[in-house]
Amino acid sequence: MLNIDEIQNGIVIDHIKAGTAIGLMDLLGIKGNRTASVALIQNARSHKTECGRKDIIKVEGDSSWLNLDVLAYLDPNISVTVIQDGKAIKKEKPQPPKRLVNIVRCKNPRCISSIEEECDQIFELSSNGKYRCIYCEQELQVKPE
Amino acid sequence: MRHLIDPLDFSQEEIMNLLSLADRICADPAAYQNVAEHKKLATLFYEPSTRTRLSFEAAMLNLGGHVLGFPSETVSSASKGESVADTIRVVSCYADIVAMRHPKEGAPLRASRYSRIPVINAGDGGHQHPTQTMTDLMTIRRRMGRLDNLTIGLCGDLKFGRPVHSLIKTMARFKNVRFVLISPEELRVPDYIIKDVLEAKGIEYKETRSLEDSMADLDILYMTRVQKERFFNEEDYIRLKNSYILTKEKMALAKPHMAVLHPLPRVNEITLEVDDDPRAAYFEQVQNAVYIRMALIMTLLGLPDPKAPDAKEEH
Repeated sequence: MLNIDEIQNGIVIDHIKAGTAIGLMDLLGIKGNRTASVALIQNARSHKTECGRKDIIKVEGDSSWLNLDVLAYLDPNISVTVIQDGKAIKKEKPQPPKRLVNIVRCKNPRCISSIEEECDQIFELSSNGKYRCIYCEQELQVKPE
Repeated sequence: MRHLIDPLDFSQEEIMNLLSLADRICADPAAYQNVAEHKKLATLFYEPSTRTRLSFEAAMLNLGGHVLGFPSETVSSASKGESVADTIRVVSCYADIVAMRHPKEGAPLRASRYSRIPVINAGDGGHQHPTQTMTDLMTIRRRMGRLDNLTIGLCGDLKFGRPVHSLIKTMARFKNVRFVLISPEELRVPDYIIKDVLEAKGIEYKETRSLEDSMADLDILYMTRVQKERFFNEEDYIRLKNSYILTKEKMALAKPHMAVLHPLPRVNEITLEVDDDPRAAYFEQVQNAVYIRMALIMTLLGLPDPKAPDAKEEH
């Protein structure tokens, strides 16, 4: 078993679908952060997933800069555990936000957001639980790979 | 301030009020010839359109108002790279109301967020065309006497045909409406219409490839053109353009009081011999479109109706 030191203060994003954490780090804003201490564990053993593997991301210290809104839309199985003084003080599953603003781009080449300068990329949660672009209503298909 | 971007921007009651106003205008157009005096309509057409632009302009002129605008992107500042947001802020200084057609989906919604005057979506790419829908509703109601308890067949390009999407979304609000969706596999109704509108509301629908097999069931047959401008690949267009052609022989299979609608222009999907059939309602739609746009301009500008009934609207 691979061992990674436990963090004292920070968060653990667990039960990420195996192989998708690198893409997720980009959406969470981790890639652009040059100071945070982050551990990525890929293909860790898991009893809860069908394939028996999962990814985990651990962020040491302040995590308020993380864009956790995207997690629920990406994968409803993901959990976030807050660690304080080495102890897990809160574990929760993020709720899907009503809107995603400038987190992912609409891939529809016929959408106004594909050409308009400084047009926010906005997706809203529809009644069937899918996100749709507010301009063209195309369903959001993007998943981290 | 009200806009009309999506047909669902208007409640069912507001739609019925709009249709009734259009009916009153139709009954006595002269009574409305000065109601928009000194008002200006800007027609911002980023995509060429004869019918819709002229219909909007005729509607405003019939109301005694004025029109200004551009007929294509090449003669607008969009060709210099100006954004929709900037264009609408500028036009808000010149006109009282705007009708916008744009090849990109969602452009009128984008415009409405920056506009100081009402924006009417006159067609955005393959997405929505709400004034066509209101016209269709007016034509259906005048022909059938109702907007509920109908079986509506939609035939042809159901993927890129924006009047189809708008019509389904709007008719889905009326009781006991069933849809028969007749198209080639490649031009099926988009997934979001199926999932978010039909399945989400539990509305009865059937997808089929055969027009002949469906004819006898229909109260309304809504024909569409396979639109060359919506294809990135010309080969696909050529392969699909002759998928469905409505002929006299197929009309013989239909109910005696079925109505055939088409948003026009047609290419070859309805043969000329069908024009003489009393069930052909597509040229009526053209006339109704002017009345509906007059009613819409009056409604969005809050102009008083000289023929308003004293009693509350009946529905």
